[in-house]
Amino acid sequence: MANWCRISSRTISNHVKTRVNQGLPWGAVGINQTSGLSSALNPGGPVSDGNWRYQNRLPVPRNRATLFCNQRFESTVAEKQRDSFLSSESDDDHQSVDFPGGKVSYISKMNFISESSQTRVPCYRVLDDDGELITDSDFQQVSKEVAVKMYSNMVSLQIMDTIFYEAQRQGRISFYLTSAGEEAINIASAAALTEQDIILPQYREPGVLLWRGFSLQEFADQCLGNKADYGKGRQMPIHYGSRKHNFFTISSPIATQLPQAAGIAYSLKMDNKKACVVSYIGDGGTSEGDFHAGLNFAAVVEAPVIFFCRNNGWAISTNVSEQFRSDGIVVKGRAYGIRSIRVDGNDALAVYSAVSAAREMAINEQRPILIEALTYRVGHHSTSDDSTKYRQLDEIVYWKNARDPVNRFRNWVQNCGWWSEQQETQLRNSVRKQLLEAIQVAEKTEKPPLSEMFSDVYDYPPTNLEEQENHLRETVRRHPDDYPADISV
Amino acid sequence: MLGVVRKKMLGQSLLKIRPAVSMLRSYSSAAKQMTVRDALNSALDEEMSADQKVFLMGEEVGEYQGAYKISKGLLEKYGPERVLDTPITEAGFAGIAVGAAYHGLKPVVEFMTFNFSMQAIDHIINSAAKSNYMSAGQMSVPIVFRGPNGAAAGVGAQHSQCYAAWYASCPGLKVLTPYSSEDARGLLKAAIRDPDPVVFLENELLYGESFSVSDEVLDSSFCLPIGKAKIERVGRDVTITAFSKMVGHALKAAEILEKDGIDAEVINLRSIRPLDRSTINASVRKTNRLITVEEGFPQHGVGAEICASVVEESFAYLDAPVERIAGADVPMPYAANLERLAVPQVEDIVRAVKRACYRSVPLAAAA
Repeated sequence: MANWCRISSRTISNHVKTRVNQGLPWGAVGINQTSGLSSALNPGGPVSDGNWRYQNRLPVPRNRATLFCNQRFESTVAEKQRDSFLSSESDDDHQSVDFPGGKVSYISKMNFISESSQTRVPCYRVLDDDGELITDSDFQQVSKEVAVKMYSNMVSLQIMDTIFYEAQRQGRISFYLTSAGEEAINIASAAALTEQDIILPQYREPGVLLWRGFSLQEFADQCLGNKADYGKGRQMPIHYGSRKHNFFTISSPIATQLPQAAGIAYSLKMDNKKACVVSYIGDGGTSEGDFHAGLNFAAVVEAPVIFFCRNNGWAISTNVSEQFRSDGIVVKGRAYGIRSIRVDGNDALAVYSAVSAAREMAINEQRPILIEALTYRVGHHSTSDDSTKYRQLDEIVYWKNARDPVNRFRNWVQNCGWWSEQQETQLRNSVRKQLLEAIQVAEKTEKPPLSEMFSDVYDYPPTNLEEQENHLRETVRRHPDDYPADISV
Repeated sequence: MLGVVRKKMLGQSLLKIRPAVSMLRSYSSAAKQMTVRDALNSALDEEMSADQKVFLMGEEVGEYQGAYKISKGLLEKYGPERVLDTPITEAGFAGIAVGAAYHGLKPVVEFMTFNFSMQAIDHIINSAAKSNYMSAGQMSVPIVFRGPNGAAAGVGAQHSQCYAAWYASCPGLKVLTPYSSEDARGLLKAAIRDPDPVVFLENELLYGESFSVSDEVLDSSFCLPIGKAKIERVGRDVTITAFSKMVGHALKAAEILEKDGIDAEVINLRSIRPLDRSTINASVRKTNRLITVEEGFPQHGVGAEICASVVEESFAYLDAPVERIAGADVPMPYAANLERLAVPQVEDIVRAVKRACYRSVPLAAAA
């Protein structure tokens, strides 16, 4: 005990010296007993006003001798505290605590983080509602060639949607879904990527395929399910897929493409490719479990993937206010440790710039990026929906006319002197004509042959399927009257 | 967090139970002995060594050496890029693995038990099984989903279901059910090399069982064909089909029946999809009697499919109605006595064979 007392006396004096030298708040004016005890027993410690917080302290013994013993006993604790003080952030003067996951500073004031911040995350835009460039904006400049291609594609997408929608109404195709109002998202995001970047779409992004060179005929063939369809007539309309365009076949279950995108990005990372994955999702899809898994995983494995969320306000009839209570999707990025941005989805230049920058970061820094593009779903969810049943017609008309991304971008392209009324008329007529022809050709094209019914279930056809196919062929051969004449085998 | 603790403790408690149940089984004293666990481990090791694109992913597969130690030593040998410990999200990591497979990697995804695969079943069916067909051959999925399936010992209803029938009903998947160490090695290698998605159903109680293996089996190029059943015991009087743990029960039943003068043929199915209908039917045409054995629930089970196949193709050869032995049609009870009653036992197989041979009082009409 005696030895120990001696050591601790030295420790106390060292303790005092160091603190004096550090100029710490409670300074050299004697460590008065109460604060000395407090410092030892109540690591709540000094706060910024220099005062100790005196809650929760033990009753101070009045007897000086016992007091000294207590101080000695506590001095070993104080020594440890001194070390942690020396290493903690000096601006807060707070001590920090080690936990799995790293050091955190602590606070004795009980503060709940508010469920929402005072202001919403601002939205990045470059063009105003009339298509005029906002002064001092950051943006990625586009050449005349790229701008004109972007604009033409936006127009083509708009017309393609109109015509296929009408075709469905006429009973010529069974189903269709438009991207009305989201032309800037579709085309501008695609334009900022290279052909090596891999796309995992949701279903409202045919413009990305259009940009990459998928022809109007190829779109029509898929919708009509004929033998020229790359999907061999196995999927319902709009479920495009094209390996050569690096566009993965659209899959109906929502958000499944998000963890898949993380997986593909992981594969790119393992191969050291200078490319990224871009996966699209709507506001509704972010409620799925796969959204959480996909983003979390991508962050953990540091995968080069861009998660592009098209927040268009509606998931069929579910408005965003019924979908989540957060400030949109952009704030969720931070929850996963993912860098994020909110962009005006109806501003083609802003989308282009944001995706360009995101791609650089994703590839060079090998990290995921989250982009939330705010926009509006002008059309119905699909041909199976009538959105006037759950939203105001005024709202739809407003967005369709006053906030149209195509008009807005056209104004900018025209102001640059790169587009004229005449070109506009020519383009629209030409695209419309091509589409009508494409549909006619697609309708006349044969449907896929019987042999395509049993192929691709497995890599190599198993015997039971071969038997079934032969059986079916036999039946068709023996009863030709029961089968349509145009089924080729 | 709790889920990890739950599953970790589960793995440990099961490891404790295992020694009581495992039995050493050797057919030849000269050949080498190998446990199913080592068979799976060596198969994974060899395939990962042979092909850089093969990688392993699942909960606890890395640092913990695998919940059932199947992936022991692999993290150390191949590093964290090829042996990935995943967060607890079956849906998540199944989706990620499918994505990786779309792009040409060959993931081997471990489910701690196939009961947990239900949380990922959308990815297994809609993202993996159907993709090659729906993309018209543009997206192939060379993935393997593996893990323990069926009843263990004292783990309750949510850890004891057999998923063979569920997965085998889906076109686009292949479903394999190894029994012995030879099966485990050969079928896992075949599964990893196969370009189609494969569901590989192991059995936790078999991991510790030893089987003799020939030098051919131990060779790194050894591979078994998918879709071929194995006749474990040749017989004349009755055909018993079984898979996974039930093969052991069927073989024991056959030994008992031999003393009563009934010579049973035991078929180890090995592959539930594709089902080796020709081997089964050839056997039934020889013996004229069939008993199917499985651990899973009776309705829409594997036995139902086998029975239908035999009725369709070999009806005239049957001398007795086909009988299916399956698990009880209840969620697996926990109490040890009830659990024993809920899973087929050797005696159930013996009695059923005798009924098929008209050597016992017929069953009363079904209630």
